[in-house]
Amino acid sequence: MSRISEKFRELKRMNKKALIAFVTAGDPTINGTIQIVEELERGGADIIELGIPYSDPIAEGPVIQEANKRALMNDIKIKDIMNMVREIRNKVKVPLIYLLYYNCILQYGIEKFFEECMECGIDGLIIPDLPFEELSEIEDVSTKYEDIIDVITLVSPTSGERIKRIAKRARGFLYCVSSLGVTGEREKFSTDFNEFFSVINDSTSIPKAIGFGISTPEHVKMLKGYSDGLIIGSAIVRRIGESTTIEEAVKNVGEFVASLRKALDES
Amino acid sequence: MVGHLKEMEDVIRRDNNRDDIRNKSRDNKMENKGYGHGRFGKFGGRFAPETLMNALIELENAYLKYKDDEDFNKEFIFYLNEYANRPSLLYYAKRMTKDLGGAKIYLKREDLNHTGSHKINNVLGQVLLAKRMGKKRVIAETGAGQHGVATATAAALFDMECEVFMGAEDMKRQSLNVFRMKLLGADVREVKSGTGTLKDATNEALREWSSRANDTFYVIGSVVGPHPYPTIVRDFQSVIGKEVKEQIIEKEGRYPDYLIACVGGGSNAIGLFHPFLEDKDVNMVGVEAAGKGLDTNEHAAAISKGSIGVLHGMKSYFLQDSDGQIMPVYSISAGLDYPGIGPEHAYLHEIGRVEYVAVTDDEAVEAFKYLSRIEGILPAIESAHAVAYAMKLAPKLSKEKTIIINLSGRGDKDVYSVAKYMGVDL
Repeated sequence: MSRISEKFRELKRMNKKALIAFVTAGDPTINGTIQIVEELERGGADIIELGIPYSDPIAEGPVIQEANKRALMNDIKIKDIMNMVREIRNKVKVPLIYLLYYNCILQYGIEKFFEECMECGIDGLIIPDLPFEELSEIEDVSTKYEDIIDVITLVSPTSGERIKRIAKRARGFLYCVSSLGVTGEREKFSTDFNEFFSVINDSTSIPKAIGFGISTPEHVKMLKGYSDGLIIGSAIVRRIGESTTIEEAVKNVGEFVASLRKALDES
Repeated sequence: MVGHLKEMEDVIRRDNNRDDIRNKSRDNKMENKGYGHGRFGKFGGRFAPETLMNALIELENAYLKYKDDEDFNKEFIFYLNEYANRPSLLYYAKRMTKDLGGAKIYLKREDLNHTGSHKINNVLGQVLLAKRMGKKRVIAETGAGQHGVATATAAALFDMECEVFMGAEDMKRQSLNVFRMKLLGADVREVKSGTGTLKDATNEALREWSSRANDTFYVIGSVVGPHPYPTIVRDFQSVIGKEVKEQIIEKEGRYPDYLIACVGGGSNAIGLFHPFLEDKDVNMVGVEAAGKGLDTNEHAAAISKGSIGVLHGMKSYFLQDSDGQIMPVYSISAGLDYPGIGPEHAYLHEIGRVEYVAVTDDEAVEAFKYLSRIEGILPAIESAHAVAYAMKLAPKLSKEKTIIINLSGRGDKDVYSVAKYMGVDL
């Protein structure tokens, strides 16, 4: 069983929900990311997503786009990020997921990429521009590693009849996109979550996590009842971007994540 | 004996070619099955975020419903002919032919269309489709501004809301077109992300569409993007090649020996080439932008110098590094200034049906000046790339051969940049 599945099982036993935190790798620096990830775990994150910075992140809103830019200014390469993960793996226990665009895997070499992910301790991949219908691109390789690396698929409120098919083949957890558009903080959500999740829950018993736009403890309280976990990205990345030093970023992120943890654990 | 062997080789080559084309039409048929992947060989596909998938499927279904619909096609042809000034002329460039001393040269005059380029063909098709789908608002990306202007024009004509995404750098370079779009009633949205050029404007338009697909139609400007866009745009632009087929038979009594067109994303080229793909004696050349030279880092030649990758929802050739980061590109022509190429071109390159070459800024500017003087026609600097290649090819061919150059747009928009290039202060 993958580390991600184990984590969800463990949380369920404790009657808790997963707090999934996202940061962009190398923002503001590799060393900064290592410190921030440690702090995220201390603050109560159960799973951590590391975004591999990309020149054309089409599913991202302005906050994460800027983070990508900041990271790329340091001329960061995928092999640097792999090395970073090796270091992080020695310091944190939580499952680690890469979020990256398909072209990065394709150029790196699909087989080589999966092999290195496994070797340095990555537990899952989210590939926003590789929808269900294109998964065959990597299937030859991904199935070989499926006990260790979960390829996490997404459903959105407009996925309609495709939800069933996507959910049936989901691994690790099903990433449920809260609302249309790109990543980024939202004031409120117009999605009918009761309807959205009745379709999802009919299709699969795999853990579900909601992402896109969740940015306050109030959002956490409002949405936690629908799923097994919540994903927070831009709200964390914005706090990193607004900090002038790494120490400040670590502190801001730590406090914020602790406040989300509290909201998630309150009955 | 040797001659016999050669003949056999020719037959085999021809058969292979036919097989490839047969595979191709099979691929095209596969696209029609609901969630088909829209591949051209291994290229194309639908590498889109989940938040766009429903919109793309909805678009595909609408297109399949209307593409052979009699009323839809009647309306499309009506606006092409009555509004956009089609059919465009096929002009025999007599002085140019004589001067180059080889093959007979014809110019397909897409520059004479309303709004000054081939872009209007596709835009009219897509906006009519948007109307049938009940969309009230259109968005578009633009580089030089030609596609933005064409979209703003069609939006004005059909009374739709229009927003055009344009890179901050391009807005500076093309302030005239920015103002044209505003006059036509469009909102121009400045895109500061990334390199502030066409690629980033495309990213932003895709992002906008993913948040508002319910009332918004994304009018893509070239044969790029996730399925079904490369197919839709190709079909709407194929009017170019279909007209040429009739016009050249009338003038020459036979098909041409060469078709030449410039290629950025590749919509004017595919529009000319596609109707001729099964006519094996017709040679085709796509001309990419070599900028300051293919041996420099300042060009936009995705096939000549790129590698296979995925961007903007499609698998094709891109200029990128070993991590898949998309590289900045350069060309004097803003319309060719794109790091990739349409997936069908990638496929036609792979099977060897179309030859892809590259022409530098210097050569394009020379061709721009040459055509202006010898035929009294200012070509778009994009189209001047095709003219430049024809200038190299024509003298090598006999007088019995014919070449058709797609003159995809008019050059008025480029007068400033050509003057600047020549060191002339206007």
